[in-house]
Amino acid sequence: MIEARGLTKRFGEKTAVDDVTFTVRPGHVTGFLGPNGAGKSTTMRMILGLDRPTAGTVTVAGVRYSGLGTPLREVGALLDAKAMHGGRTAHNHLLLLARSNGIPARRVDEVLDLVGLRSVARKHARGFSMGMGQRLGIAAALLGDPAVLMFDEPVNGLDPEGILWIRTLMRSLAAEGRTVFVSSHLMSEMAQTAEHLVVIGRGRILADTSVREFIAANATSHVRVRSPQLGELGPLLARRDWRVEVDPDGSLRVYGADPAAVGDVAADHGVRLHELSPVQPSLEEAFMRLTGDTVEYHAGGRPVPPAPEAGPVSTAREGGAPPAAPPPPEASSPDLPPTAPDGTWRGGDA
Amino acid sequence: MTAGPEDAGRPPGEGASTHRDVAAEDGAGRKRAEHRPASFADAVAAEWIKIRTVRSTFWTLLAGLVVTIGLSCLLAWVFVSAYDRLGARDRLRFDPTAYGLAGINFGMVAFGVLGVLVVTGEYATGMIRTSLTAVPRRGRLFAAKALVLGGVVLVVGEIVSFAAYFLSQLIFADRHLDAGLGEDGVLRAVIGGGLYLTLIALLALAIGTLLRHTAGAVTTVLGLLFVLPIIGSFLPGDLGRTVRKVLPAGAGGAIMNTRPSEESLSPWAGLGVFTLYTVVLLVAALLAFQRRDA
Ligand SMILES: Nc1ncnc2c1ncn2[C@@H]1O[C@H](COP(=O)(O)OP(=O)(O)OP(=O)(O)O)[C@@H](O)[C@H]1O
Ligand SMILES: [Mg+2]
Repeated sequence: MIEARGLTKRFGEKTAVDDVTFTVRPGHVTGFLGPNGAGKSTTMRMILGLDRPTAGTVTVAGVRYSGLGTPLREVGALLDAKAMHGGRTAHNHLLLLARSNGIPARRVDEVLDLVGLRSVARKHARGFSMGMGQRLGIAAALLGDPAVLMFDEPVNGLDPEGILWIRTLMRSLAAEGRTVFVSSHLMSEMAQTAEHLVVIGRGRILADTSVREFIAANATSHVRVRSPQLGELGPLLARRDWRVEVDPDGSLRVYGADPAAVGDVAADHGVRLHELSPVQPSLEEAFMRLTGDTVEYHAGGRPVPPAPEAGPVSTAREGGAPPAAPPPPEASSPDLPPTAPDGTWRGGDA
Repeated sequence: MTAGPEDAGRPPGEGASTHRDVAAEDGAGRKRAEHRPASFADAVAAEWIKIRTVRSTFWTLLAGLVVTIGLSCLLAWVFVSAYDRLGARDRLRFDPTAYGLAGINFGMVAFGVLGVLVVTGEYATGMIRTSLTAVPRRGRLFAAKALVLGGVVLVVGEIVSFAAYFLSQLIFADRHLDAGLGEDGVLRAVIGGGLYLTLIALLALAIGTLLRHTAGAVTTVLGLLFVLPIIGSFLPGDLGRTVRKVLPAGAGGAIMNTRPSEESLSPWAGLGVFTLYTVVLLVAALLAFQRRDA
């Protein structure tokens, strides 16, 4: 069990982790998902007491990491597989870690067997391939047979066989009742491994939900439209109750509409269509949309000021406060990625 | 914990581990065994494995040994060869013990480099994060590092100091210039040579911890030990003499004198001043180590 409460980390001006609260529970793999620079590694370093939080607390098994009597028996972490002295042999690296926590030396051979490094146990770690280094890092994490495991981007740079091995390992560790917390910037990876997701973007938690719910809530199908008259069509479609986004390739995505209705609107206004097709949801897209990577369509680039009573953030945060109340300062924060349909361009507002 | 008669009926394995008896269940129903908390001794044991399983330890210690003993003997031989041409004043002021330990003033660099590497090696490789994950109590980790480094350098430093002393006295014995261990202050000077090397290694550990960078820390150690005395030598008169006495190398080196000298503090006062520098830097390093992100 990992519990973060109001966890915040600032590096000078930069807020890497911003008032983050979440709980990672035992028994399943929890994915920690976010684009590059979202604050995943910083959060994990704070869990391990490597970085000091600017504000907030984080506990493992109910105590601060530095308060654990035998930390390696409670938590196994792989943050950076290269975080070891390359001049030391794999065996000695593990042996010294075992000694530091009073773990019997025979456990070193056990974990070396477990990760398949027995034959190179007496070789210097600097000669290891990426996959071998990763396995050694995982051996170190498993050394104390801990109930909580944490992996930061464990599949980075691994070949398909290595990826499969790690995935299987993480799932079996979780099936044994352990808490498994794995970060990734790839939604597709998480969809195959995790049951629960904590999504982080620009230091804030964007979602804390099961993978199934996340898909249901975020991966909505849309209609893909190509037209030489997109400038006309966009506002027309947006005027209906549909959400319209511009794809990087220049086509439109219309959410909440079916192809026939979109075609009708085009025909009514004499707009020529070059493509009109339904698109099934992709998790990667759902994730990208949630983390705010897609460009929003603003009908000629005019940003629409959010009406206070309809603003997604103020309604969510104030939870039924009178509309007259001034929105909290963060309600209009430009840092907040657009997370809800309300945040997009609407014809009715223009 | 031997199997008594009452254990006879149990299946093999049961009762073999004391852990089972106090096993508790965690939130998910996994059996969790209780363990004795890791101690300072565990951290020391790990640091001991660390220091003996990297090659840099062997090479720096070997370099320190060769340079210290080699230069001590070489300088002794040069002195003996030139003895006939020396004036009465020089002969009178000759301190065979200090002269025989002169190599320590150069060999100390290697021990300083070891002190730096013990910690900057961890920062350079990222090992420090793994170390702190295993031993998150930073004061404990730092103390264990200092203890193991200090212990290793103390043993090797004393060996080096005694070897330099004995070999150089063999050379001096040619001219009946040698000083016996029983003579006034000689044993103190020779033991002090090893203590001085130990303090240098610890001072270097502190600087390495503060700077977290090998080249920068080694340069700083060299600056403190070699460049400061050069600057001091340009200061005029009494002020210059006083400053030179309390500069790190001047103060620490005093422990190896067996004849009083106007140019240096008394042996124990000098080593005391050097110890003070070391302790101040160690405290600063510990505070920085505890406060900073790893
Ligand atoms: N020591 C530091 N000093 C200054 N800024 C930092 C530091 N560490 C992280 N940051 C910044 O904090 C933000 C979050 O970084 P972090 O490494 O936690 O992201 P991440 O989610 O792990 O990204 P990635 O997927 O690229 O690993 C980034 O903008 C990064 O530049
Ligand atoms: Mg990262």
